[in-house]
Amino acid sequence: MLIAARITALVLALFLAAGGPAAGAEKKVKVVASFSILGDMVKNVGGDRVEVTTLVGPNGDAHVYEPTPADAKAVSAADLVVVNGLGMEGWMDRLIKTAGYKGPEVVATKGIKPREMTAEETEEHEHGAKHKIDPHAWQNLANGQIYADNIAKGLSAVDQAGAATYKANADAYKAKLAALNQWVKKEFSSIPKAKRRMITSHDAFGYLGAAYGVTILSPMGVSTESEPSAGGVAKLIDQIRKQKITAVFIENVSDPRLVEQISKESGVKLGGELYSDALSKPDESAPTYIDMFKNNVPKMVEAMKKGL
Amino acid sequence: MIHLFHFFLGPFQDFAFMRHALVACLALALGCGPVGVLLVLKRMSLVGDALSHAVLPGVAIGFLVSGLSLYAMTLGGIVAGLAVALVAGVVARFTLLKEDASFAAVYLMSLALGVLIVSLRGSNIDLIHILFGTILAVDDADLILVACISSITLVTLALIYRPLVVECFDPGYLRSVGGWGAMMHFIFLVLVVLNLVAGFRALGTLMAVGLMMVPAASARFWAREVWSMALVAVFIAMLSGYTGLILSFYVNLPSGPAIILTAGLCYVCSVIVGIHGSVYSRRRLGLHLGG
Repeated sequence: MLIAARITALVLALFLAAGGPAAGAEKKVKVVASFSILGDMVKNVGGDRVEVTTLVGPNGDAHVYEPTPADAKAVSAADLVVVNGLGMEGWMDRLIKTAGYKGPEVVATKGIKPREMTAEETEEHEHGAKHKIDPHAWQNLANGQIYADNIAKGLSAVDQAGAATYKANADAYKAKLAALNQWVKKEFSSIPKAKRRMITSHDAFGYLGAAYGVTILSPMGVSTESEPSAGGVAKLIDQIRKQKITAVFIENVSDPRLVEQISKESGVKLGGELYSDALSKPDESAPTYIDMFKNNVPKMVEAMKKGL
Repeated sequence: MIHLFHFFLGPFQDFAFMRHALVACLALALGCGPVGVLLVLKRMSLVGDALSHAVLPGVAIGFLVSGLSLYAMTLGGIVAGLAVALVAGVVARFTLLKEDASFAAVYLMSLALGVLIVSLRGSNIDLIHILFGTILAVDDADLILVACISSITLVTLALIYRPLVVECFDPGYLRSVGGWGAMMHFIFLVLVVLNLVAGFRALGTLMAVGLMMVPAASARFWAREVWSMALVAVFIAMLSGYTGLILSFYVNLPSGPAIILTAGLCYVCSVIVGIHGSVYSRRRLGLHLGG
């Protein structure tokens, strides 16, 4: 009797010991993020408590993405969906509807002052894409901190037990982003403002330009969907020649051929590849949001220095 | 006079990318004109569109084997395009199914296979978006590719012109005098695939298919012989290429659509006032008969 009780207790204890953490692991919050940069942020804020699925993966283009059934499955099983908003993921609303997802949705750019494209820019980039609001808000690290807050809030709402953890994680992450922001500002300050000019293949760096005083020109509009005009490309080449712009870049998500052509024609050497709308694979140079800046900014600064 | 000269030639003097684009258009027009005319006459005008989807599995396999290499993807595209054209051609030749139906069936199979391969790999990159170029970004390698393909096309067409035309109007005849008909047809299909896939890679689908089919369809209203029709098609294609680029330069229109819409304008004019079988000529003919 005594032995039986002891065995029962032992078994129970073992069961609890084994079952406890396992049950906790199963309860991970399932989060779907629309593209790789958001996915990385959710991982940072959520830590071990969340399981992140990223729809548009490394080096993928979220502007022209076509969701797959696997995506719909991931969304329908999710506890929380995180999107950028500001017209970035045109395909997302339909995917959420198709998947029958009724849970909460975090719009990471909530509370960010959207950057309207200036009159001249919209005129140039009018054809095809109708976006007047630039969605690439994460290119300003101050905005990145707002993203982190929004994500923490969204996670806390679906997993109240973890609210304190999310808050702590978000604060730690935000501190890292703030330090990075200081570093970026310092890097750019080594270049006189008039010389902070660069060309990229599609207009993804508007927020970065506004935040750090860089003038950004590109042959394509904000979306990778639109097609460039000969007049626009010619104007850009003229501008590079006249203003002696030395920073010309290609991006990981868009067709490099047009910018290569422009750089050849204007006699400027390409400054390398920038990561704008998607992170790289883990073994390449920008697998996280923070690494993206660490890759991009020195390349930009170095190329601009050639024009001094 | 000088101003006018500068207006029409200046953009090409000042910018290498404009010269590249113009030369690419002219070279493409040379090869695509005759091929397009033959496609129209063979009632295969929509094959180009079908092929732009049919290349996907080849592109995807090229991508799987060597990553984002344009050469591997182009080569894969050509192989897939050829496979689709040949299988569809064989079915059309040796069964009761007509060319359009067999093409539709095979290209859809190919497209599905492509989507399958892309999805299995779990990649989210829009491969076709990357492979298909734009006329403003044509580089030296693209130019050489387009020029080579146009030359091959013209030489081959010159060599097989007679049997090809005979085959085009009376497929039964060559079959009755020997097995050359099918051979001619397949050589022709190879030319179609080469022209289109090279065009996709250098200039994008819209340009490649559009510059092949729209001028050819317009030419039908101006000439009766195959050779003269091809000449008219080449002329319209070249004119559209030049005019479209100038428009794109001065009015800030996207180049591909500008060029194809210029060709489209030629088409509309041809439909209305062309010499043979247009709205105007038929009406005049009708009045004659009535009077």
